[in-house]
Amino acid sequence: MGRQTEENRPQDRRANVTRRFTVSGFMLALLSLPVLAGLAGTIGPAFGYLPALGGDHVTFDHFADLAAQPHLLRSSLVSLATGLVTTGVSVVMVMLFTAGYAGTRMFSRIQHMVSPLLAVPHAAAAFGLAFLVAPSGLIIRLLSPGLTGYTSPPDWLVPQDPLGLTVMAGLVVKEMPFLFLVTLSALPQVPVAQTRTVTANLGYGRIRGFLIGSWPLLYRQIRLPVFAVLAYAGSVVDVAMILGPALPAPLPVRITGWMADSDLRLRFLASAGAVLQFGLTLMAVALWLIAERVGAFLLRRISGSGIRQPNDQWICRIACAAMAVSAAIVFLGLLVLFLWSIAGLWPFPSLLPDNMTLQSWTRALPQAVTPIVTTIALAGGSATIGLVLAIGLLWQGSLRAGGALRVVLYLPLVVPQLCFVFGLQILWLTLGLDASFPLLLFVHLIFVLPYAVLSLSQPWQALDRRYETVATGLGKSPLQVLLLVRLPMLTRACLTAFAVGFAVSAGLYLPTLLIGAGRIVTITTEAVALSSGGDRRAIGVYALLQTLVPFAGFLIASLVPHLLFRDRRAMRI
Amino acid sequence: MKPDGKTDGLHLEAISIRLHGRTLLSLSALVRPGDILTVMGPSGSGKSALLAYLGGFLDPVFKASGRISIDGLDLTGIAVEHRRCGMLFQDPLLFPHLSVGGNLLFGLTPSIARRDQRRRMAEQALIDVELEGFFDRDPATLSGGQKARVALQRVMLSAPRFLLLDEPFSKLDTDLRQQTRALIFSRAKSAGLPIVLVTHDRADSDAAGGNVVVIGEESSR
Repeated sequence: MGRQTEENRPQDRRANVTRRFTVSGFMLALLSLPVLAGLAGTIGPAFGYLPALGGDHVTFDHFADLAAQPHLLRSSLVSLATGLVTTGVSVVMVMLFTAGYAGTRMFSRIQHMVSPLLAVPHAAAAFGLAFLVAPSGLIIRLLSPGLTGYTSPPDWLVPQDPLGLTVMAGLVVKEMPFLFLVTLSALPQVPVAQTRTVTANLGYGRIRGFLIGSWPLLYRQIRLPVFAVLAYAGSVVDVAMILGPALPAPLPVRITGWMADSDLRLRFLASAGAVLQFGLTLMAVALWLIAERVGAFLLRRISGSGIRQPNDQWICRIACAAMAVSAAIVFLGLLVLFLWSIAGLWPFPSLLPDNMTLQSWTRALPQAVTPIVTTIALAGGSATIGLVLAIGLLWQGSLRAGGALRVVLYLPLVVPQLCFVFGLQILWLTLGLDASFPLLLFVHLIFVLPYAVLSLSQPWQALDRRYETVATGLGKSPLQVLLLVRLPMLTRACLTAFAVGFAVSAGLYLPTLLIGAGRIVTITTEAVALSSGGDRRAIGVYALLQTLVPFAGFLIASLVPHLLFRDRRAMRI
Repeated sequence: MKPDGKTDGLHLEAISIRLHGRTLLSLSALVRPGDILTVMGPSGSGKSALLAYLGGFLDPVFKASGRISIDGLDLTGIAVEHRRCGMLFQDPLLFPHLSVGGNLLFGLTPSIARRDQRRRMAEQALIDVELEGFFDRDPATLSGGQKARVALQRVMLSAPRFLLLDEPFSKLDTDLRQQTRALIFSRAKSAGLPIVLVTHDRADSDAAGGNVVVIGEESSR
């Protein structure tokens, strides 16, 4: 670890300490203040303090109200389990796949298949999965009536299964690619290939050698993203609305309902619920920490035993198949969404619609224009600002491993959105201000910035610093070096960071719903709002539009470097 | 080449570089215009630290003292971007996003302001190293020797005060290394530039023909 830090350290020219502190301090405030203020804004009303609504004394009544809600325990347990199971399954899949295939052709093949999944919004992936596994979904249609004998959809409670298994599946197919890509960017910092040579020479199988020799180092690098997944999956709203059980719904969905209720007195109940949700997340983190300990203990036992387990190809194959299947689910889901969006009549056992029509599109598009424009404006604005700030942060070298800023950067991802965005909204209302585009843009920025930095920092560190030394030696100022050498050489990485930020913003549901207060709507809030109606054709159109917006961002990010650097071979890689 | 009176070369006075309290090297030398000072030593001996100190980009973990001056001008406290030391590394490090000509124009001193004149100088610099007509080429399509020559011309166009060479030939094969070495030395000599060359290759120091300082395990000279 220490050695890595040494290698990654940017060679400071005359370290400008004051400037660095100012920028870092500004960023610390920018990222942490909204989260902390939002948490305070949630906790206050939970204990009865919300002057705007007449709450002026501390009381536990609202928690009593909360406890009196029917099936509260069940709702809480489902969302706790969703967080833990989703994270556990995703981490284990990524771990085993990396163990089995790091450095092979299959690895890069799966990498190319999985990367685009990051651009698919959670809600769209969830709709796709719902249309696949529903009783009248594509999978049953494939098997019916031939194998199942069904001529009408079976009476299954899927996707709304009471245990939330479908929610977990819908989250795994999205979180697994995220963790995989995070792992990919951490891989160069761990000598996986050398370790593999050593362990293989000692007779260890791929997986066992990797788990003992490389995984502990790698896991340390991806630990914060893992906690982000844990917090996100345990408090997710949109995916749970689409795929989750209905009566009772998972806790975050119920809280969101209370928050958005026209009866303002329910805000107190919602705040108490958000505090409970925060407690659940802390509990999930505690349980995960215990799981880490157990895992570390088992790993020590395994490595102490000396058992080589050289024949582990079957585990590798299973891990590879699991990755491929989870990617295929998302792609198939998009395909079904497309089919529904152009379906005319589509009676049950038929595999394909009886006739195709563009009617759903022509009907939906006119109303979708405004949300799309809003989505693009929000995403474009927050991604641009996020990219500029990310460049500034990396340029100042404020993101050394182990620094406070690295942890703060993850704060908006590790604290459940539900718990602080609601408080921000309440604070905003308390100040007498209305839902506004700049505020929404700022809130989006809080979520976009961490991903922009994550995406940019790996290529930033990887650039050969001697190019800058050459330029400086040729008499260029630091700013000139940045603008004329570093940024042009990192064009592709910058555009990718922009596209990632763009996709994050475009897919953001809960913050948009709460801060936009129903007056600013994006394609994502519109799509999720359709989930209760059950109009599959409209859902197909909206979910596809929701996917196309971020996809366009990635497309531009990959095409622009080709156009800019048509005649520069070394820039095309 | 004869110094023109006021140029007397690169003075390195009592240079000392320490890391965690351990002295890596200490050195005093005068490098006259057109002369070459060769610094030899095994890896880890502080060669790169010396180059970084002379160039003005030493990592702050190192503690360095001593005075660097050229022609009576004290360079010690001058920031790297104002120091005008031309550096050549093992790799040519041509900017991949610029054309060959773009790389040269990037290096060319801003004191020449007119566009057509700048272009002409860059073209001439290519002709000087037998790369006529390469202005619009993509650096990635050049051979190793061609890249090395472009890198040299990029430095020369920046009107450097002296040259720092960091094993600049070590990645070329033997023939090419000799040619490139001869080219760099002759161009630096004709421009009257002092050169500091860091290498672990005895052939480099033999070809350089100037003073040789050995650092690291053996005591300095």
